[in-house]
Amino acid sequence: MDSLRPASAGTLESSDAYVEIEPSEGGIQIHLESVVLERFGEAIRETVQEVLEELHVADACVRVVDRGALDCVIRARVETAVRRGRGEC
Amino acid sequence: MSKVVKSLREAIALAGLRDGMTVSFHHHLRNGDFVLNFVMDEIAGMGIRDLTVNASALFDVHTPLIGHTESRVVTHLAANYISAGLGRAISRGALEAPVEFRTHGGRPKDIALGRTPIDVAFIAAPAADPMGNCTGRIGKSTCGSLGYAFADAMYAKRVVVITDNIVPYPLQGWSIPESYVDYVVTVDAIGDPKGIVSGTTQVTRDPVGLVMAAQAAKVIQASGLLKEGFSFQTGAGGASLAAARFLKDIMLREGIQGSFASGGITGYLVDMLREGCFRSLMDVQCFDLKAVESLREDPRHQEISAMQYAAPGERGAVVDSLDVVILGATEIDTDFHVNVHTDSNGSIMGGSGGHSDTAAGSKLAMIIAPLFRARMPIVTDRVTCISTPGQDIDVLVTQAGVAVNPRQAELRERLEQAGLPVVDIHELKERAEAITGKPKALPKGDRVAAKVISREGELLDTIYTLPEGR
Repeated sequence: MDSLRPASAGTLESSDAYVEIEPSEGGIQIHLESVVLERFGEAIRETVQEVLEELHVADACVRVVDRGALDCVIRARVETAVRRGRGEC
Repeated sequence: MSKVVKSLREAIALAGLRDGMTVSFHHHLRNGDFVLNFVMDEIAGMGIRDLTVNASALFDVHTPLIGHTESRVVTHLAANYISAGLGRAISRGALEAPVEFRTHGGRPKDIALGRTPIDVAFIAAPAADPMGNCTGRIGKSTCGSLGYAFADAMYAKRVVVITDNIVPYPLQGWSIPESYVDYVVTVDAIGDPKGIVSGTTQVTRDPVGLVMAAQAAKVIQASGLLKEGFSFQTGAGGASLAAARFLKDIMLREGIQGSFASGGITGYLVDMLREGCFRSLMDVQCFDLKAVESLREDPRHQEISAMQYAAPGERGAVVDSLDVVILGATEIDTDFHVNVHTDSNGSIMGGSGGHSDTAAGSKLAMIIAPLFRARMPIVTDRVTCISTPGQDIDVLVTQAGVAVNPRQAELRERLEQAGLPVVDIHELKERAEAITGKPKALPKGDRVAAKVISREGELLDTIYTLPEGR
């Protein structure tokens, strides 16, 4: 698999999410801050996990600062962070 | 004769303030207010405790109140609106006793009826004379209308006017006359002008807001109420102001002159007055400097008390002559109950203000709200807190369609005939959730943080503390 360098995607604007990813050993760690943590926290974690699996990321530390982004936005931001980390974009 | 005393401390002592009493404040200086904080600090310094603070509204600038609740100088709070920062502290359980929320009409009514007696009222006055005649129209801390302070002045056992602008007797054009005032205190500044009134209020540029605003104006046009003598109220929020802009275009184009616009007044409504859209403005609070200037200069722009604005009862109030009011919502449920007290996490961030008063009085009470804000759907099965009962809400305007309260069959028919996209409110909820996902139920804390009291004085709902650790 491609090596991962630290990368980020997104903004801190309302309805967006800011995602940072960096290499890690020993699986996936997700740190989530969200304005809708009580209401959508689990859903956001599941989405992040899913995108990482789809992209075959096995070891990474992901920090998500969510400002109420829709699911599709979170997907896009995580995917972009991963691809940037791999130097694909 | 002069009622000027040499210090605030002397006025408090002369007023006979003791443990367990009630003090009151009005909120025209909004987030620029210095008065509430320095009065409460002085009271704390005098060793007086267990007070009730009854304020028409509280802002984040008043967060030092939390320190006074910790030291038990203040044990009870009552307000019609509490802004988000202070609201969060209250939602975390800063007070043992629940905060009492009223409406802008319910508060003066309860004061007048003696349900919430005030021992000492403190009136922040941008200008006053030595006998206590006072106004908000002039002075470096000018705020315009003093509407919310009238009931306090009329019914409190003792009234202290605090000013940073003492003028020779008699002040011309007073709002509150000397006959209600016991003591006058002069200070360097009653507030920070930057926090008192905004320079200008802006119409939204957000495309979703503009779509909703245009739709709102069409609903008003189709309702049959937009004709000679039309009366109107709207808030200072971006989409509400944009709706006023579209309405103005229609009124000017069709040559309709309305009777009045009421409530909190913005420069935008002043423009509508000057361009002939209304014969009069009924002003309980000025939101910007243009409104302050207009109140000072234009006799058609009239100051009203909170009682005249919104009090319930047989004698009626301005709200009972309202045709249309445009209101906001943080949530609205499928029974049309509206929440404006808490955010979607259950934390206090507002209050009814005149929401339920105008909804109850007007012929058409319209909510403008987007389908969702930052992933939170606006339409829910049940609002976190009922601020205004659904029976008083007639129509919800969103960017995806207009939902009419089933109680208003005739209105629904009119809107359908006008070709407006009328949809069932349940459908709006489903459409939003299809985009956002369904939010998980909100956990509650185990104590009551606030009671919401209806304009008639009855318990409408309770707001719980946030769960531990939030």
